Amino acid sequence: MDNKFVLREWWSNFNRKNTYVLSLVIFLLTTAAYLILQPNAFEEGVLTRLLTSNFRTWLPVIMLAIGQTIVMLGGGLDLSSGALVSLGNVILAISITSNEEPLFNFMIILGVIAIGLIAGFFNGFLTAYMGLQPMITTFATSFVYSGLALLILPNPWGNIPREYTKMYRNTTWLGIPLALFIIAAILLTWQVIKNRKYGRFLFAVGGKPDAAYYTGIRVTRIRISTYMISGFLASLAAIIYTLLTGSGSATSGAEMTLTAITAAILGGTSMAGGSGSLFGSVLGVIILGTIKNLISLSKMDSWYRVLVNATVIIAALASPGIISLFRRKK
Amino acid sequence: MSENIQSSEKKKIKLSPQVTALLLALLLFLASGLLPNGFNSAETAINQAFNILRLSSFLALIAAGQTLVIISGGEGIDLSAGAIVTIAVLFTYKFIGGDNAMVLPVLLFVIAMGAAVGLINGLGIAYLKIPPFVMTLGMAGVVTGALLVITRGLYDGKVAPIMTNVIARDLVWGIPGMLFLWIIFGVLMTILLKRTRYGKQLFAIGVNRLTSRLSGVRVDMMVVATYSIAGALAAFAGFILVGWLQNAGLLVGNQYLFPSIAAVAIGGTLLSGGKGSYFGTMAGAIVIQLITSLLTTMQLPEAIQQIIYGLILITLLIIYGREKGLRL
Repeated sequence: MDNKFVLREWWSNFNRKNTYVLSLVIFLLTTAAYLILQPNAFEEGVLTRLLTSNFRTWLPVIMLAIGQTIVMLGGGLDLSSGALVSLGNVILAISITSNEEPLFNFMIILGVIAIGLIAGFFNGFLTAYMGLQPMITTFATSFVYSGLALLILPNPWGNIPREYTKMYRNTTWLGIPLALFIIAAILLTWQVIKNRKYGRFLFAVGGKPDAAYYTGIRVTRIRISTYMISGFLASLAAIIYTLLTGSGSATSGAEMTLTAITAAILGGTSMAGGSGSLFGSVLGVIILGTIKNLISLSKMDSWYRVLVNATVIIAALASPGIISLFRRKK
Repeated sequence: MSENIQSSEKKKIKLSPQVTALLLALLLFLASGLLPNGFNSAETAINQAFNILRLSSFLALIAAGQTLVIISGGEGIDLSAGAIVTIAVLFTYKFIGGDNAMVLPVLLFVIAMGAAVGLINGLGIAYLKIPPFVMTLGMAGVVTGALLVITRGLYDGKVAPIMTNVIARDLVWGIPGMLFLWIIFGVLMTILLKRTRYGKQLFAIGVNRLTSRLSGVRVDMMVVATYSIAGALAAFAGFILVGWLQNAGLLVGNQYLFPSIAAVAIGGTLLSGGKGSYFGTMAGAIVIQLITSLLTTMQLPEAIQQIIYGLILITLLIIYGREKGLRL
């Protein structure tokens, strides 16, 4: 009896500290289903190919979801990150056309990152310093960014050198694609930051901003920095997306924003701030991607796909609530 | 010391958001007259004004449910409104088939459908604790998906003549019938918000859910009711919209979604809940519509229009969308 109680206490503590637990379960279920349905998944080399092709397409959204999670941890929301991907994407597409001038290309990439940081600062300044509503404000700035993208490149175009795109698309090491190394590197960096001053302050700012303020934490600065991180990661997403597609389009990032937010929530991050994990958000993107893959593997009538996809997503979002409903009844 | 004086001076000239929005609308309208292809006589000016008011009315109808949901607080937002408008437009267009006798049954059917979608939203948000943003976003996907399954991309129909007469044409003295409808609707919405038990409780749960629960408000029921009403209102807006468009489309409602949220915000409704009015949303809708019309009349390229639209929105929010900071 006692043991059971201790176990339950431990479990609820574990759940509170690791908000991603449920998404991990959903991730395992969807991935298992995917691997079972995928013919010859366990043959030589197939798994590596699957990993490579899936993760290289998911990586831009994973970047956005990570940035979004950091903003949400600080109690904000960034609806402009997708527009920043479009902006970075078109700048890269019109500028980088040959691999003979690596220094010039490198400067362009730095420029795109700088734009991401500046745009992020602008978002943060408006929401955190000026005290405007994050949702509607970042929606307004997204218009500015996507308008600029459209101004730069009205029609999709691009000629990224194949050497670059090949490097991103096909690099693997020990059978593990480049994309997974990038994700691991970000998550490890975060693991270090999380337990240091910045990470602690961030969770405090998102959880109880007034209490954080009274203890002397610079709430505004922390919040602005979260938007800058989101802008930075959106720029990285733009670079990766450009390497993935080899061309530019002014609407390339438009649909990524909401997917990234859904993934972050699916991964257990709270929209109210102060609770969540980057690992969960990465799982969220993988889950959303796998659901899409499952639907296309099932050879379902294409008219049903949107409906089934949305229903499955709602079911996944509802699962924590359903579990707690049952618990309450007991 | 000097800061104190400044803040007290600021208070003196501070206008309510609704009045600011209306003044701004007037200013924007006069500015549009200065354009080369703007109005050049009193008559065209009045026509232009009616036209803009009529266009604003559709936006304001779609923003009505949004206003309720946002006032209810708890990060409340209804991202499924656009999809509900679309499905209402399509069903109205399809089922009425140009028959006046079908108007009422179809209206009731469409509203019931919108309310049903809203009910699912509300249940998910209140009982399964799904954040409104993703719940309503997901439902938008479900509604759009259902639409694709039902229509398979094809639709056909006709609007009833009575709808065309009331909504799209002028009723009396050259005033569009839609304006009368809008005013009646606005009065009803204001009564709902200010004079009914539902309205009082809505503001209460928007300010503080815990204290409302402790004072006997059934918060979960209120949330479910609010999302259901919002769904019904979005469907009603779609029904009216088709009378103006005289056509349908598979994405027709989506373009109204974020402008409707902007209209609510500009009308002085706090996006964090507990404060707001439908009158403000009406004024906000006029401002948004004026900006859109102005940018279209200036015949700027799409990209420039987007940038200016974003910048104006930011400016408006800075002028009176600021929330109380942490320093009290």
